[in-house]
Order: sequence, then structure tokens, then C-alpha cells
Amino acid sequence: MSQQTGASPSDVRQFHPRARAAIENPKIRRNFRSAMDGLMSKRRNAFSGWDLEALRDLGAAIRQNALAQLPDLLEQLEAKLTENGVRVHWAEDGEQACRIVLDICQARKARSVIKGKSMVSEEMDLNHYLEARDIEALESDLGEYIVQLAHETPSHIIMPAIHKNTGEISELMHEKTGTERSDDVEYLTASARQQLREKFMAADVGISGVNFAVAQTGTLCLVENEGNGRMTTTVPPCHIAVTGIEKVVPTLEDVTALLALLTRSATGQHITTYVNMISGPRKTEELDGPEEVHLVLVDNGRSGIYQDDQLLDTLRCIRCGACMNHCPVYTRIGGHAYGTTYPGPIGKILMPHLLGLDETRHLPSASSLCGACGEVCPVKIPIPDLLVRLRQESVNGDQLHPARVRGHGSKRHAGEALAWKTWQWVHAHPAAYRMGTALASRFNRLQPGKLGAWTRFRTAPRLASKTLHQRLKERDS
Amino acid sequence: MADTIKLYPPKPDKVYFYGTCLIDLFYPDAGMAGIQLLEREGIEVVFPEDQTCCGQPAWTSGYHDEARKVARSQLSLFPEDWPIVVPSGSCGGMMRKHYPQLFRDTPEAPLAAEVAGRVWELTDFLLNVCHIKLKDLGSPATVAMHTSCSARRELGLAETGPRLLAQLEQVTLAEQVRPEECCGFGGTFAVRHGDISGAMVAEKVEALTDSGASTFVTTDCGCLMNISGYAEKNRKPLQGQHILSFLWERTGDKPEGSS
Amino acid sequence: MSARDAILNRLRHRSGGELTAPARDFSVLERPQWSTGEKVRRFREAIEPVHGEVHQCPADNWIDCLAEILAQKGTRKLLVGNAGDPGDSLRQAQRGDLPELMIYDEPISSWQAHLFEEVDASLTSTRGGIAETGSLILWPTVAEPRLMSLVPPVHIALLRADQLYTTLHEAIREQDWSAGMPTNALLVSGPSKTADIEQTLAYGVHGPKELIVLILE
Repeated sequence: MSQQTGASPSDVRQFHPRARAAIENPKIRRNFRSAMDGLMSKRRNAFSGWDLEALRDLGAAIRQNALAQLPDLLEQLEAKLTENGVRVHWAEDGEQACRIVLDICQARKARSVIKGKSMVSEEMDLNHYLEARDIEALESDLGEYIVQLAHETPSHIIMPAIHKNTGEISELMHEKTGTERSDDVEYLTASARQQLREKFMAADVGISGVNFAVAQTGTLCLVENEGNGRMTTTVPPCHIAVTGIEKVVPTLEDVTALLALLTRSATGQHITTYVNMISGPRKTEELDGPEEVHLVLVDNGRSGIYQDDQLLDTLRCIRCGACMNHCPVYTRIGGHAYGTTYPGPIGKILMPHLLGLDETRHLPSASSLCGACGEVCPVKIPIPDLLVRLRQESVNGDQLHPARVRGHGSKRHAGEALAWKTWQWVHAHPAAYRMGTALASRFNRLQPGKLGAWTRFRTAPRLASKTLHQRLKERDS
Repeated sequence: MADTIKLYPPKPDKVYFYGTCLIDLFYPDAGMAGIQLLEREGIEVVFPEDQTCCGQPAWTSGYHDEARKVARSQLSLFPEDWPIVVPSGSCGGMMRKHYPQLFRDTPEAPLAAEVAGRVWELTDFLLNVCHIKLKDLGSPATVAMHTSCSARRELGLAETGPRLLAQLEQVTLAEQVRPEECCGFGGTFAVRHGDISGAMVAEKVEALTDSGASTFVTTDCGCLMNISGYAEKNRKPLQGQHILSFLWERTGDKPEGSS
Repeated sequence: MSARDAILNRLRHRSGGELTAPARDFSVLERPQWSTGEKVRRFREAIEPVHGEVHQCPADNWIDCLAEILAQKGTRKLLVGNAGDPGDSLRQAQRGDLPELMIYDEPISSWQAHLFEEVDASLTSTRGGIAETGSLILWPTVAEPRLMSLVPPVHIALLRADQLYTTLHEAIREQDWSAGMPTNALLVSGPSKTADIEQTLAYGVHGPKELIVLILE
């Protein structure tokens, strides 16, 4: 674990050096640039022939509608799942959720757990929790498996090992599992299939995430390409699904639209190979499927986000990753630089609630507010507006709308606050502004050539010898 | 993100011109060009003397109290119901999209909404309100275009600049890779996250020079100083110009570059 | 207070007040009614690029079709369900040109290793298909358990052309899924695949390497 390069709470404070290291790493730059270029073009093609705006409007409305009835839907989901024979658990935070999973495992005397991809379990840091208690937790999604072999964390929420190229993966698999070195992806994939099939057969418990939970029918939907999600939820005798409380929707009809948006936004697929809809454990007469199914509903800060009308939009997210695929910052620095479970734009607006704004103070500002994320978001989360809101929270910058996110104000420094006060005074006093700018222009030759970080990469902008104000005054006189 | 349907007003007799602080201090030529283009369309241009800054730098930095105080001082500058034209997608976006957010829960909210509704980015205004017809007097030239993210996404103006350039008979618009990608300016972002911004502008300059053009034009001064500043410091063969300066130079009385 | 009550309590008494639910307009999902021929064409167009192999066969003569495909693949052991079609038809056909039939009639725990290691292919029915996305609808049953379509390296599915729906939206409505779901329902749109190694597609990572659809017309 000493080599771990993914999220730990303190890593996110090191955002600047981590980002810089990534930028200076040509391999990371190349891997991400080419991957993101490919994903952007796939997404574009996947929506051709669709009225994308209408579909995104529907996606947004579905999520807003679900959130508007969230407590009712959760209760309905719980009742329906219970009726179907699924046991439902509730966890305030990651620690509680881990404890619940552990209790289930221990009650079954489980020694080994096989996992399907679940970002909530990453949020919980479940693997380390179980391993520390002598339960092997093995990832089965190929990307997650690779990342786990490397003692890393995912660098992308959909494509966890996107930071590695084939050569690196081949070397890693050779070193850790003894496969031959090869640049043949088919061969590497087949080797992983072999290794993991043994584990599926032996696993005592399967743990998966959930893409959508349907309240009306008590159905857990799981979207995947590899079939590891099916394996995880079908082969072991016990299946535990973990999910955030915001994933519930009223009906299967809601799922149809979100599914159309999710897979196209994520990887440009019309649909994934498998869409699993799990509504209960094996019935007595059935010959396979888990005897026990559990759902762990995890809050972990979400009900806090839920309180605020603007921040609430964060909870619409369906975890497609399109925002990171289109983010010029993510493309430059990759997922690990963020030091958080969720990287990229969604990470910047979600992680402050999970870790606090003091811990994540560098994230909301790490955006040029270019708006590419908001433009592609399938559920129309106004990500740039939320970034601006969190910047305000970071510096307690709005007395009319007091900050409320945990750790707010942690970025406020007297010097900077004074600078903005001065800026405000000058710009709210037009006469002073005109005098000051005229004076600066007059002495423009004295302007400094070095302006901190700006001039590390660029020349300093040159003040004109006369301002527009002056030019117009002269012209009109 | 341009989520409200735009209803263009009929061509007015008068407009307010909101010059923006960057143009005022660094690119007054672009401001003059914009005013002259409007005047040539027969529009009287009113320049409220007490204009300073729209407040955007403080807004995006999270200092909303300060942004509001500055913006409040600007709200009263446009008493007549004339359109307010702004030679910047970024400042135009601030006033059109974010003033209503900034003045939420304040007595000025109705005024802010009313002002916001009258704000037009200048190239949009020339094309879609003035229905400008440009007569190119310059010699053949190839240019690349960088549309700012705020013009492109906040205001939905991705096509506006290219359509104006297309009116210039002697001008060829060079194609670039990833035209929609941000140049890395982002206001204080360029300083707070200098490494990331530097990596972004480096790739933007590469895309623009690879287009084959040695000149690029843009709707926004922030992008302009970012991209040109990088090209200059790193001795890349790329010159930048505000699109308004370029349009005026090629179509004004004494166009530069004409033989 | 339990975690459940604490969470629900916070959600019920949100400081921002009650939320209003916006209307949802699903019309964007509607498609024109395609003819069966058009649906078959679209189904093929969607599933073939993701390596789904499609054969159109006469409904009364699909066993010939199947026998030919299996012979070509050199399949030795074919897994079928324990009751109903298509397993029953195959068993009754008593043909010499079919591989050895294995029947899934015991709980998985008693023969898991055999299933994982010995079966070459499986044959299942479907509950229909979706033309727009090239998807099969599978509701595994006691007769055709879940792992049949997952574990063997080749999965062969029978799809009746007249059970093709235009969209998932239509299928869910027409088949009235909201009235009650089985323990496990699936959409399958091609063989198992991954792009987790440098975005290079590889098939058969966990589930079947091949998916063969026989469209019965």
C-alpha cells in the first residue's frame, strides 16, 4: 500500500504539486489526450440523429423529479425490495457502510469477496477496510483489477485504468500474476478472464454498485460491458449492492431515458453489453443466483447537499464521466492528480461535500469555467455555476447568501480579501477609476515585465498609452 | 447553456456601448473599432462615462459582495431602453447570464434582470441585429479564429465570428483541431493554476499555428492576451487581434493591408 | 435514532423547503412504428458492429440452422434448459448432427466447475428484442437459469422476429414490466467486451466471447 497513488484524504491538499507532476509527465499527457479525444468523438457520433437537447431536458427532469420525492422514493424502494426478499441497510457514512458489509460477510463466515465496479465502494474505501479484517476483496472489472494490482485507485470513474498503456499493463500483469509480457490485448484480457473465473467460483460474497434503483418494482439496475457485474451478482451465494441514496428513480420508464443518456455520454455506446435488473434473491425453485441479496444505502454527505436548492443539482449526477472526458483540465492532469475518489468536474463539485471545503480548497478554483462540462452533462447539472458557488463558499464571499458547506471560508486570506476590497472601491468609484487608469496608461512604460505565474508562460499584457475613456473623450471634444 | 431563446430586437437608433475594463486599459483600438462599426451601421453610440468593470473577476473568484457592489454601480448607467452592446463574450455573459444570479434576493433584482435582457455581445449584434454586410477592402489573408468559451457556450455564439469572417471575400478561415477547447485563460485561473493554464495555452497555440494561419482573431481580450502572450514569449509565429479590430481594418475607410 | 431515520428525517425536513417535481416529457424516446422487416434490419445494424452474430432462419426449421452453425464451430457440448423450448425441441429432434446436449437441471452448487469448464455453448430463448439498440431481452427462469447465458464461451439465443420491439421504452410498456419483475432480468447486446486496456476492444472478458442470435421468421 506504500505505492498507492490514488485518493487519500491528504492527497487532495497536494493538488498543485500533483497536477504539476502530471503535466510534466509525457506519458500521462499522451494517454489522457488520446483517450479523451476518442471518447469525445464517440459521444458525438452516438447522439447523431437524436434531439439531444430534448433528451437532456428529459434526463434533467427525471432526476429533478426523483430528487423532489427522494424520501418517499427511498421508503417505497425499501418496502418493495423487502417484499422481494432483499435486505435493505442504511449508512450515514462510509465507515458505517463498511461496517454493515463486514457484518454481512462475517455472518456468512466469508473469506473472499469479489467486486463489480462501484464508485461508492471507492468512496467508502471498502477494499482496505475488508483486507484489514482478513477478508480478501478482489476487483473483477478489468480496469479495476489492473488498478488494484498496481495498488492504485481509479483515474476515471468509467475507465479506471485509462492512465496506463498496454505496455505498462503487460508489465504489471507479468510481475503480479506471471502472465507473459505481451502487447496483445486479447491475450492479456484472456489471462485476466482465467484468473478471475477461479475467483468468481470461490468467492463467498459479491459486491456491486447500482446505476439506478427503481422504487416502483424494487429493481437494482447495473450497467456494464464485461459481464463481471453479472458474475458478481449471480455466482457467489450472497450479493451486496452498495449505492448512494440519490440513485433512486420512481419507475422503469425513467430508466429507459437515463440509460439512453448514460451509455452514450459515457463511452458513445448505444447501450452496454449487459443491463442487469436485479429484483430479488434466488427463489427456492431456481437453480442459480445468490441466496441472499442486500442493498446498502449510503448517505455520506448527500443529505447535506440535499438541503440547498442550488447545491442539490449536484445530486442529479448519473456518473457517466462525460464531464471529465470533455474537461481541458482533466485532460491535462488525469484523474490521480485530484487525489479524490471522483476526479474531474463532478469531483470538484461533489468532493467538497464529502471531504469538506478546507480539505478540497484547491478544487473549485481549478477550472477555467469554460463550460464544456455543463454543455455535455446528460442531466444538465450547471457545473460552472456550482464551481462559482463553491468558490464563494471557500472565501465566505457573500454576506447575503451565507456559506454552508463544511469547511467554508478556509480559503479566505486577509491579503486577498483586502485586494478585492480595494478593487471594489476603485471600480465602484468611476472618477477614481478613470484617474487611476489614465495615470497607469500614461506611465505604461514603467509597468512591470514580470507578473508572477502569468509571465512564467506569457509576456505581460501591455497597457495602452491611452484608455478607451480617454480616446473617446478626445474624439468627442 | 444558451438555454433561453434569444429574441433579437429590431435595429435601434441608439445603443449603449459597454467597453469592458480590458479593452479600456489594454485594447482601446478594439473598442474604437467596435464603435466605428456600429456608427457605420447608422447607430448612435452612447458611452456611459462612469463605466468601469462588470464585476466578473470578483464573481468568478467567489467575492460576490465585492462583485455586487461594483456591478451595482454599473446598473444605473443604462436608463434608456436602448440595447447594451459589449465587445466581449465574457463580460457580455457576466451581464446577461450572471447579473440575475448576482442580484438574487436584492432590491435591484428586477433592474438587473431588465439590464441583462438588453445586453448583446457586439459581433452577435452586428450580425443578427444590424444584419451587417461587410465589404472586404484588404488583400488576401488566412486567419484562424478562437471563439471564447463564454461566447461559445454561455451566449451560444460559436458560429457568429466565422459567419462575419465569411463575409470577407479575401479572407480564408483556417481550420484548427479542437476549436471548441478552452485556451486556458479563465481569469484568475491562469494565475492560481498557472501550470494547468500554461499547458492549455501551449496546446491552443500549437493548434492555431498548425492551422497554417499566422494571425488569429478572437472575440475576447482575455483569450487574446493569453494566446498572444504565450506565442510572443515562446517566439511562435502567431499574432493575435480582436475580431473587431480586424473587421474594421479590412472594411474601414483606410484599411490596413490594402495595396 | 437509527441511520435510516436520521437520513430520512434530514431529507424530509430540508432547509430549502419542499421541492416541486417538474413534468417529464418522454416523447423524445418515441420512434415511428417500424415494420418487422425494418426492425430486423435495425436490430442487425445495431448488434453486428459489436460482434453479435445474426442468422435469420425459418421459424419451423431453426434446428437445421443451429446444427449447421454448431458443426462449423465444432461445438461438442451444448447446454440447454430443463423444460420447455428450445431445449425440448432439440431433445425430441433426436438428431445425429447435433452436439451432446447437457441439461441445466441441478442447482449450480452441485456442478459449478463442470459448467465453467466443460460447456462449449448454450442455447436459450429470449423474451424478445429491441431493434433500436440491438438488444435481447432475457428473463432467466427455473427452466433456463441465469448462468446459461453468462458462463459458456458461446451463447446462442433464439429471437422471434415478431417479438422485436422498436425501443426499450416500448418493450417495457408492451410487456408491462412495471406489473412485476423477475428476480433477474437482462438486456444483452453482444458478447462480453472490455476496452479497459488502452481503449482497445477485446471480447469475452468475463462472459461469452460469442453471441449468436437466430432470428426466427
